[in-house]
Amino acid sequence: MVDFITNFLSADIRTATPLILAALGLVFSERAGIVNIGTEGIMLTGALLGCLGSSLWGSSLAGALLAIAGGAIMGFIFAFFTVSLRANQIVVGMAFNIFAGGFTVTLNRLLLNGAKVAGFPKYPIPILSKLPIFGEALFNWPIPVYLAFIAVPLCWFVLYKTNSGLKIRAVGENPKACDTVGINVFRNRYGVLVFSGMMAGIAGSFVSMGQLSSFTEGMVAGKGFMALAVCVFGNYSPVSVILAGLLFGAADALKYRLLTTSIGGYYQFLNMLPYFITIVALCVFARRSNKPASSGVAYRKE
Amino acid sequence: MAENILEMKNITKRFASVVANEDVNLIIKKGEVHALLGENGAGKSTLMNCLYGMYDSYEGEIYFNGQLVNIQGPKNAIALGIGMVHQHFMLIPALTVIENVVLGLKENKNVLDLDSAAKKFTKLGEKYNMEIDPWIKVEQLSVGQQQRLEILKALYRNAKLLILDEPTAVLTPGEVDGLFDMISALTSEGHTVIFISHKLNEIMRICDRCTVLRLGKAAATVAIKDVKNRQELAALMVGREVQLTTEKAPARLRGEKLVVKNLSCNNDRGLPAVKNVSFEIHGGEILGICGVDGNGQSELIHCITGLREPAGGQIYINGTESTKLNPRQVLKLGISHIPEDRHKYGMVGPMEIDENLALISYKEALYSKKGILKWKWIRNHSQEVCDDYNVKTPSVREIANNLSGGNQQKFVVGRELERAPGVLIAVHPSRGLDIGATKYIQSQIVKQRDDGTAVMMVSTELDELIELSDRILVMFEGEVMGIVEQKDATRETLGPLMAGLKE
Repeated sequence: MVDFITNFLSADIRTATPLILAALGLVFSERAGIVNIGTEGIMLTGALLGCLGSSLWGSSLAGALLAIAGGAIMGFIFAFFTVSLRANQIVVGMAFNIFAGGFTVTLNRLLLNGAKVAGFPKYPIPILSKLPIFGEALFNWPIPVYLAFIAVPLCWFVLYKTNSGLKIRAVGENPKACDTVGINVFRNRYGVLVFSGMMAGIAGSFVSMGQLSSFTEGMVAGKGFMALAVCVFGNYSPVSVILAGLLFGAADALKYRLLTTSIGGYYQFLNMLPYFITIVALCVFARRSNKPASSGVAYRKE
Repeated sequence: MAENILEMKNITKRFASVVANEDVNLIIKKGEVHALLGENGAGKSTLMNCLYGMYDSYEGEIYFNGQLVNIQGPKNAIALGIGMVHQHFMLIPALTVIENVVLGLKENKNVLDLDSAAKKFTKLGEKYNMEIDPWIKVEQLSVGQQQRLEILKALYRNAKLLILDEPTAVLTPGEVDGLFDMISALTSEGHTVIFISHKLNEIMRICDRCTVLRLGKAAATVAIKDVKNRQELAALMVGREVQLTTEKAPARLRGEKLVVKNLSCNNDRGLPAVKNVSFEIHGGEILGICGVDGNGQSELIHCITGLREPAGGQIYINGTESTKLNPRQVLKLGISHIPEDRHKYGMVGPMEIDENLALISYKEALYSKKGILKWKWIRNHSQEVCDDYNVKTPSVREIANNLSGGNQQKFVVGRELERAPGVLIAVHPSRGLDIGATKYIQSQIVKQRDDGTAVMMVSTELDELIELSDRILVMFEGEVMGIVEQKDATRETLGPLMAGLKE
């Protein structure tokens, strides 16, 4: 039983980490009124760039930085299309995903071929990691996991207590009103998209280097969409996002535990569960949603 | 006092091929209330948006306090001390009052200090007798409170020159008085106010000088004390003598055509919007529905026209119960509807005029046969409607959105009236129209009444209601506050009812 709890918690946190990282980025871009379904593609690119950097320079940190830089660039390009050129956000997002599918496969075959690279090393926290049952599951992780959990209160603080956070929340609700008080709507939206790209990038690098330490084609496999669902289910708020991420992670962890049992043949049911929960939650909480009023609409200055 | 706070010289603003302002000169003296008068589309808001930096570019020169300034964005305008309260409030409902106040302020530190901002804001509110709780969300404020918040927001940014764009459109008569008191208080301590309006009596009441814009050009600037009466201002605005009143014979009643009994319904958020409303309208009379926007008028109309299901009560049209019928069945009972928002409900903007005409009656024999539209007949008929109702359009194949607002409305009115309804529901029939078009549409509505139609007219313009209605029903928060005969209807009798006060 002790083993089960440890394994289950570990699996939950491992699955939840990329979701939480990417979803925190999405909280910012969604709040500013951008629907970024290109997150899936950015994460996939991040997964590849992470391994590429790690294999080139022999360090997982270099890989992570390359993934973050790649995410930032993709976020910037996404902003150029959707904010400056006012292209449809869904279409551009889908284009990103399809582009990343081909781009990562090509680069992988040219440069990596799924080679083993240096993964993220684990840093056990002294004393805490020696606690019974929970020590191993909670306090013996690579940096990105700690980062995800530390980022939650930080993001909350930025969003609700700072001037920049106020502007971000306002821009998604009524960009024109922001314009009338002298806020640069375009710069704000570029900023959040670059940030959400960086977060998706590091989330992607954790997918490829968190456990396996190699890139497999199409390995993100819907985690970007799930991050979007985490963001929505978490009601666009950093604190709820962590709960949503862990819940989705738990569903995933449960799936692997169930594979070995008599109902293992039906594990697809659990694949469906996070999305099902999201849809039900959206219906139930529709009236109290933090979804910004101008979500998905490009701003045009007259 | 005679010092000029603002001089705008030779301002021209073009949108693609359209010239919205041409060579406009405007001089505003320090401490005055200066009216900007003009019909819809005359370029009042455009001129002020240039001043406030809402556009990328303008031609001409702006001098503020004698200095030539280059205003490239609202940021520059705010820094100079210009504040603007837009016609559609620039507030964010999901944020709190104080968050809206400090939003975008330069002096904000990176970590917000809302507490001290709230103190400063509360003090400012007390000074002008307009306290608003800084910690509630803006969506909880009434429209009047939101306007006060917008004014305070501008003052918080140290605005010396305040632009108010059609500020009275959304207020009850009582709230208008409050606004005017506030304007006097502001000018007495040296602020300057630019008051955009097309309501002549308000301009006569509070303004010192008035600049009239006509077709994008400044037609005249006059001192209000030299103006004899409203008629003179109206002539300046339109460019010719205008009849300000509509002739109307006494009503000849011809039986109940629309009966509403104990009607209740909810709004989109599921809260009661119409509460136990009863009235009846006879053929040959106009019943005006009066009230500040958002007091259940829209929901009431939607119930009668079948667009919303009532929670209780009955509706009878020409003697048939229509409570549970859908819009098509309701239309068949002989009802015509000039909707409140012609763009949203009245027509399909990107489609042609003739297509818009066919959309409402396409199932009738003249319009189609076995599902195939008879375009030849429809086009001829569209042309007749356009001719009969003075719709100026190059052809009936023109895209509806390309027509001016007045012509769009005339087309909608024409389409609805030519169906010879027994009951006509006209919602804000003259909203956004110039005096000429307004008078035309009003006379058409009166003509319908004289022909025996039961007319229900919803408007927020008190003058229009008092002039045209035979009886006026006042709504407040979904309830009927009273029904007033035309002879007893004045601003003084209706105002308290609109504010929810019953003696």
